Amino acid sequence: MNAALGTIAVSLTAVLSFASPARAASQALLNVSYDSTRELYEEIDQAFVADYATRHAGQKPDVQQSHAGSGKQARAVVDGLRADVVTLALGADIDAIVKGGLINEGWQSELSNNSSPYTSTIVFLVRKGNPKAVKDWGDLIKPDIKVITPNPKTSGGARWNFLAAWGYAAQVKGHDFSNADSAVAAEKAGKEAKEFPAFDDAKGKAFVEALFKNVPVLDSGARGSTVTFAQKGLGDVLISWENEAWLAQEEYKDQFEIVYPSVSILAEPPVAIVDKNVDERGTRALAEDYLKFLYSEPGQEIIAANHYRPRDTAVLSRYADKLPAIPLFTIDESFGGWTNAQKHFFNDGGVFDQIYKVNK
Amino acid sequence: MAVLRRSVLPGFRLSLGYTVFYLSLMVLIPLGALVVKSGTLSWHDFYTTVTDDFVISAYKLSLGASLAAAAINGVMGLLVAWVLVRYRFPGRKIFDAIVDLPFALPTAVAGITFADIFATNTWLNAYGNDWYRVTLVLIFVGLPFVIRTVQPVLQDWDTETEQAAMSLGAGPVTIFRRVIFPVLFPAWISGVALAFARCVGEYGSVIFVSGNIPGKSQIVPQLIIEKLYLPPDENGVTGVAHATSIGLVLLLISLSILLVLNAIDYLSRRHDR
Repeated sequence: MNAALGTIAVSLTAVLSFASPARAASQALLNVSYDSTRELYEEIDQAFVADYATRHAGQKPDVQQSHAGSGKQARAVVDGLRADVVTLALGADIDAIVKGGLINEGWQSELSNNSSPYTSTIVFLVRKGNPKAVKDWGDLIKPDIKVITPNPKTSGGARWNFLAAWGYAAQVKGHDFSNADSAVAAEKAGKEAKEFPAFDDAKGKAFVEALFKNVPVLDSGARGSTVTFAQKGLGDVLISWENEAWLAQEEYKDQFEIVYPSVSILAEPPVAIVDKNVDERGTRALAEDYLKFLYSEPGQEIIAANHYRPRDTAVLSRYADKLPAIPLFTIDESFGGWTNAQKHFFNDGGVFDQIYKVNK
Repeated sequence: MAVLRRSVLPGFRLSLGYTVFYLSLMVLIPLGALVVKSGTLSWHDFYTTVTDDFVISAYKLSLGASLAAAAINGVMGLLVAWVLVRYRFPGRKIFDAIVDLPFALPTAVAGITFADIFATNTWLNAYGNDWYRVTLVLIFVGLPFVIRTVQPVLQDWDTETEQAAMSLGAGPVTIFRRVIFPVLFPAWISGVALAFARCVGEYGSVIFVSGNIPGKSQIVPQLIIEKLYLPPDENGVTGVAHATSIGLVLLLISLSILLVLNAIDYLSRRHDR
């Protein structure tokens, strides 16, 4: 019996490996990304391929994308999805791939700006005319308000939402990122920060506890929450990625308004090369080229046009009406980076679990 | 073995070998992997994982709503099957075909249909009551099972038995209770068991209507996904073993419920003899 099974297993493996012939130094690139970057990377890919062709005698690489919840995508890459680059919602998810042995340690310092070529922030989407008069974070804990946000256990966006709310209540320090000097200073402050009192802030905890009492549904991803709010008509406020809010506003004309809170978090969705995969497939040069394109001026322009905040402040200033400057605090300075924040707030038994055990 | 060797059908060894191999490949090996993965946790970790408040509450919702849906389908399905077989009325064939719709419909389509109804129809919505919404969707998903298992038995049913009972002075209730139902019972209980098993595993449609709130409106599969996507902790431990442990316990619970249902069936047959 065992021998027979062994033979079958071997022949199955042979068949399977036959089915996926090794692509010798192929011109294909797979970008595994998260939910709400679909529109952004469709445009980036087109522009990148055209740009690459002019620099490489008309060669056109075949760039493909995959989108789903950020945590799920990290898991898929660890489990064997052959990504050349990952462009995820937060550093913790890329760290998960590092622990899976596919990306080298220190990835975040390989590219400039913490390997995040663009940033975003967290804003509110409310129904037309703002009937519940939601102006700032403080309004979200009023008893008659229903708030829609995804589940931080599965959604990267939801984790940014959670920390933005916490940081507001804990009154952590915000910075002006529309000005290049101040942005550099803020990044430096993040690198030098040693103490993170926000973790134990009682006001932060009380505020987030009250906030989640007003949440009737926790979808598993950011797109799911947008659908719940926009199509199912649930809730008075959607806490959302800035670009998701703009997309929803454009798609459902005259139904929603965007509200910018007094302060929010600087969300840095990072990008990285999947070292093990590019070395096996011989696509490292192409992957590096692709990520560098994101930092180029045409790349930054596409980023801004898709409602993400470009790092290039000159480009950002051209979009100042749609990407208004509000004070933003950083996860590095206020919470000591993702590793600490993930462990303290979102792992099993963390603050998020405790909140629901109290609320119950 | 003696009985088997006397079999007149040729090819016994080959077909038995194939059956065992096939079942092992498709069922036992994947389930074995589930057990092995769960086994990487210590007993203590395993116990605390599966007895966590959120996990217990998800078991209650998943199993409770499935049992409720199976029970309601047990009663209503029997009635529908009875009407479809016993009465002739215009549109009967159409209604008969409609029964299969929940089988044919992709579960996500069912989910989005219900989500849309709950969103637009206030009296069906019952805002916030996830038990109600989950049970309603599960009733839909499990609807055909009881009907389709009971129907053939009713069709083959010889009405002369009923006439005999009537001539002996039995009233309609007695006839149903003592004559008809005992014959239907094995088919009926396996229909209920199938509907239950289907509901416990249902994911695609339920996620559209349940709130996914930990400790309140999360079904077990949602919790499993949540554990699965948890990033590794500082020791590189992921949530995979926790996820499989929760799955393993759900498997054991629903297996025991199915065993109980089968035992009821077995005992009732033995009682007949």
